Amino acid sequence: MRYTAEEQVRLARDPGRPGAADYIGALFTDFFEQRGDRQCREDGSILGGIARFHGRPVTVLGHRKGRDLQENLTANFGMPGPEGYRKAQRIMAQAEKFRRPVITFVDTPGAYPGKEAEERGQGEAIAQCIAHMSALTVPTVAVITGEGGSGGALALAVANRVLMLEHAVYSVLSPEGFASILWKDAARSGEACEVMKLTARDLYQGGIVQRVLREPEGGAHRDWAAVFAAVDAALTRELEALDKLGGKALAQQRYQMFRAMGQNLPPAGEEVL
Amino acid sequence: MIPFFTSRRDRLLAYRAMREGTPAAVRRRACPACGAENTALDWSRNGQVCPRCGHHLPIGAYYRLSMLLDPGSFQELGKKAGPADPLAFPGYPEKLRTLEKATGLADAAVAAQGRLEGHGAVFAALDSRFLMGSMGTAVGETITLAAERAARRKLPLVIFSASGGARMQEGIFSLMQMAKTAAAVRRFQDGGGLFVSCLTHPTTGGVTASFASLGDIMLAEPGALIGFAGPRVIEQTIGETLPEGFQRAEFLLEHGFLDQIVPRSRWRSVLAQILSLHERGGRP
Repeated sequence: MRYTAEEQVRLARDPGRPGAADYIGALFTDFFEQRGDRQCREDGSILGGIARFHGRPVTVLGHRKGRDLQENLTANFGMPGPEGYRKAQRIMAQAEKFRRPVITFVDTPGAYPGKEAEERGQGEAIAQCIAHMSALTVPTVAVITGEGGSGGALALAVANRVLMLEHAVYSVLSPEGFASILWKDAARSGEACEVMKLTARDLYQGGIVQRVLREPEGGAHRDWAAVFAAVDAALTRELEALDKLGGKALAQQRYQMFRAMGQNLPPAGEEVL
Repeated sequence: MIPFFTSRRDRLLAYRAMREGTPAAVRRRACPACGAENTALDWSRNGQVCPRCGHHLPIGAYYRLSMLLDPGSFQELGKKAGPADPLAFPGYPEKLRTLEKATGLADAAVAAQGRLEGHGAVFAALDSRFLMGSMGTAVGETITLAAERAARRKLPLVIFSASGGARMQEGIFSLMQMAKTAAAVRRFQDGGGLFVSCLTHPTTGGVTASFASLGDIMLAEPGALIGFAGPRVIEQTIGETLPEGFQRAEFLLEHGFLDQIVPRSRWRSVLAQILSLHERGGRP
């Protein structure tokens, strides 16, 4: 069954979809949570730590939205502040030190646009997190599981392989924000969804994601077990392939992959697609 | 303000800068900050800074570089990096053509290798007249080429940012330029290179959240708005009005995100000092 881009956005935001905590619970054993940015606070919207993936220690990170109101508030509805990105960066630095692969689960409306977040350097924190992740010499795999919202999502997605669930979306800004910037009218978000090319199919064709993972009929919330099986198999396969590369080659492959994004597009004004 | 240029290219550059700065020398333009009725010539002689209150007007990328570089040293890079239209966004190619004609720019970034008081470096500048200096694929490519050239030639990298953030019209490809430019700058720095990031009004969104925040040295022009989210978005989110001076350069300095604030008239001497303290591109 084919969905419109607007329906895909609705599916991607469905609160019944599995989140980072669910993937960690189902696919990993021995999860040891790591908290705090070691500077001033703990940001509940980023969940991270060490766990075993098929017996092997890995570092795992993801956005957390929360399942009930209390959790939503602790996780700030999945919108990290600068402390969240500094915590992610700190945890990734340890992965590098102990030579653990890094697996991330991306699902956020975006980084939090708040007053305190600005005072504490939201832009700087995201920039450092992106730069740090881009230079890791361990295998990294990102899975876009729901909403990939803007720089707040990208900060956990500069990986050797970027996988995406079939009904997840990934975009430069939320469709509402896009419509309000370009057309001064947030109500035109439906139209924005169609224009933005934010579905897994579009992104795969554009070379932004390297693999799309099938979801059960009706979406990931209908059958968690099927989603877990698909993600588990994909992660296993990707890690196996990446294990063949040394540290330098991993950093090089990642650099070249992002370097090429948008590089060979036809000049504006010529026919596309 | 405009130094003596020796090469024909630089004379043209200076002429263009003069033209941009002086639509008609005697026409008056009120300072948006203090209301002083300065003539175009006053603005131009003072580098587009208000002689009365010191308010900095935005300036174009070629003009910026002509103010910084030694005469005859300007070698432009990446001129082939023109914009793309991957979303086939309605009206975008026409808009690009209009802007190209109006500004003489291929897109919102210009990069060049050159010298500043004899110190070789790679320079880049964003131009806020071109779709708010937003970063699409062309800007991403130009900044990346600048970082790669600086790495190859073992030269320092100096970038002047002025940008509203990622370019919406190029969608996800614009977002990926954040990863591309941050990775390029990071790789250059990991190789021992010096990156001086100079933030001018305004620097927000995806540019703040990528290469512009990664400088070994972080500088800004007085009064520049610098942030991740724009003030309007923040006010809508938190439901209150932001205090005076929020996200301005002075505010960032106070919160620890800048080394110094540099008035426009001092850029050459401050950058010359930094470059001289990092002779041989910062390599021992």
